[in-house]
Amino acid sequence: MCGIVGLLIKADALRGRLGEWSAPMLDCMGDRGADSAGMAVFADDCGTGARRISLFLTNATPNDWESLIANLTDAFEGDAELFARGPHATLKTTIEPAQAVAFLREQSSQLRILGVGRSMEVYKDVGHPRTLIERYGLREVSGSHVVGHTRMATESAVSVAHSHPFTAGEDFCLVHNGSLSNPYSIRRRLERKGIAFETDNDTEAACRFLQWRLQSGDTLEAAIEKGFEELDGFYTLLIGTATRLVLVRDPFACKPAVAAETDDYVAISSEYRSLAHLPGIRDAHVFEPAPERIYSWTV
Amino acid sequence: MDRVNTLPVVDWDLAAVSVRELNQFLHDLPGSEREATGEWPTIRVHNPAGQHSIAVGLQVPVQVEVLGDGGYFLAGMNQHALVTVHGNVGWSVAENIMSGRVHVKGCASECAGASGQGGLIVIEKDTSSRCGISMKGCDIVVGGSVGHMSAFMAQAGTLVVCGDAAAGLGDSLYEATIYVQGLIHGLGADAREEPMTSADCERVATLLSRAGLPGDPKQFKRIASARSLYHWHADAANEY
Repeated sequence: MCGIVGLLIKADALRGRLGEWSAPMLDCMGDRGADSAGMAVFADDCGTGARRISLFLTNATPNDWESLIANLTDAFEGDAELFARGPHATLKTTIEPAQAVAFLREQSSQLRILGVGRSMEVYKDVGHPRTLIERYGLREVSGSHVVGHTRMATESAVSVAHSHPFTAGEDFCLVHNGSLSNPYSIRRRLERKGIAFETDNDTEAACRFLQWRLQSGDTLEAAIEKGFEELDGFYTLLIGTATRLVLVRDPFACKPAVAAETDDYVAISSEYRSLAHLPGIRDAHVFEPAPERIYSWTV
Repeated sequence: MDRVNTLPVVDWDLAAVSVRELNQFLHDLPGSEREATGEWPTIRVHNPAGQHSIAVGLQVPVQVEVLGDGGYFLAGMNQHALVTVHGNVGWSVAENIMSGRVHVKGCASECAGASGQGGLIVIEKDTSSRCGISMKGCDIVVGGSVGHMSAFMAQAGTLVVCGDAAAGLGDSLYEATIYVQGLIHGLGADAREEPMTSADCERVATLLSRAGLPGDPKQFKRIASARSLYHWHADAANEY
């Protein structure tokens, strides 16, 4: 099954409610599969030249994080601040992101780069989404939008790396409910272009495919249109960028999705019941997205 | 069609009790003796909040009023009962309905009335894809439009659509009949438009009346099976 959720806050004054409203959505969808869960949170741009790098280090201690940032700041010029909570940390740094990421990868085979961006922070962990929410304080986050996922693994391993959201490039993430039947052929094509994969998960192929199209100059709409041609299988995809939340379903639309829109927010979920707690939901415009149509909301 | 009776209305609040408890209560209601008296109890369900499986498997004469939005499988396998939803419903409302009536005042998601054997399903607004998939004798009246692949492999019964039908309508249709008042955005394999007879108009008029929905039977198009997929053609053997 798997469950997807997304919430975009329209009014700046309500951004402080982002976690309070979205965390119960994700928790509720834990019924659709609780092998692992993840959430990408989009907040304000972290400043000129700076990036947020989301990290996961299995069994990390505070000392591990301290030595990691010490090694990084020894090796490069630039500011670097690290906010750690258990095995997860957000590194805010002005060090050139490609260099920082390459350096971090060298530090430990256990260290995962969950995402990079000016606006995006990514949280992923194995287990029920409720655990993720409590462990990383996701009820308290603020910002403009979130993209969340809870996973019932069917085609590849249960691990932090195999959890959604998948990320590629900067400020770009994707969650998927469904299964692709041609991820390996897509992957082989992309690998021949020098694009590296971290897992054997089918969704990673979709994520890197779309990011490859974006980096080749396509608009997100054009990239998704090519995705409709190339991605074979079942999918409801929810995509987050620094400024947008984008939803698409495959031509058969076998995987569920429902959207609810008010003047204050747009909320997306696999099932309506995870939206039922939202304020004003009874008067919201609730609809089921049509197959093979691009739905986009901008911050 | 709502029955007049003197029995007290029973209120259930799903914010306080589980769907399982509600369903157990509904299953335990006395059956045949109620039918004999002609008085059907009314159960009002508050705060459904999109929960799944509300009022499934009912086998007794009872009126259930769901005051809000339901989730998946609402009133699935219904027999005898009259279930009304004052809101929207999720996937597979009234799937495998045997008899009785399920009336949704709002929209329904995918697979409304899937495999229904008998009874009446009314959706006042739209349904999404696969409405009436594999229906086997129930009647479905949709006040709005239906999504793609509706009445896929439908075997018996009637689907009346007052609005439009998305692509793939009636794909691999057996002996169910479809009537559409609005636009048809594409027929599925082996479905074809046929002339509306006076008997067809009467059938549509009767179902609209039972559903309490407006519509001009003369404006409807009749879609039925061309029956060309019923038999395997030996002369096509070389194509495989």
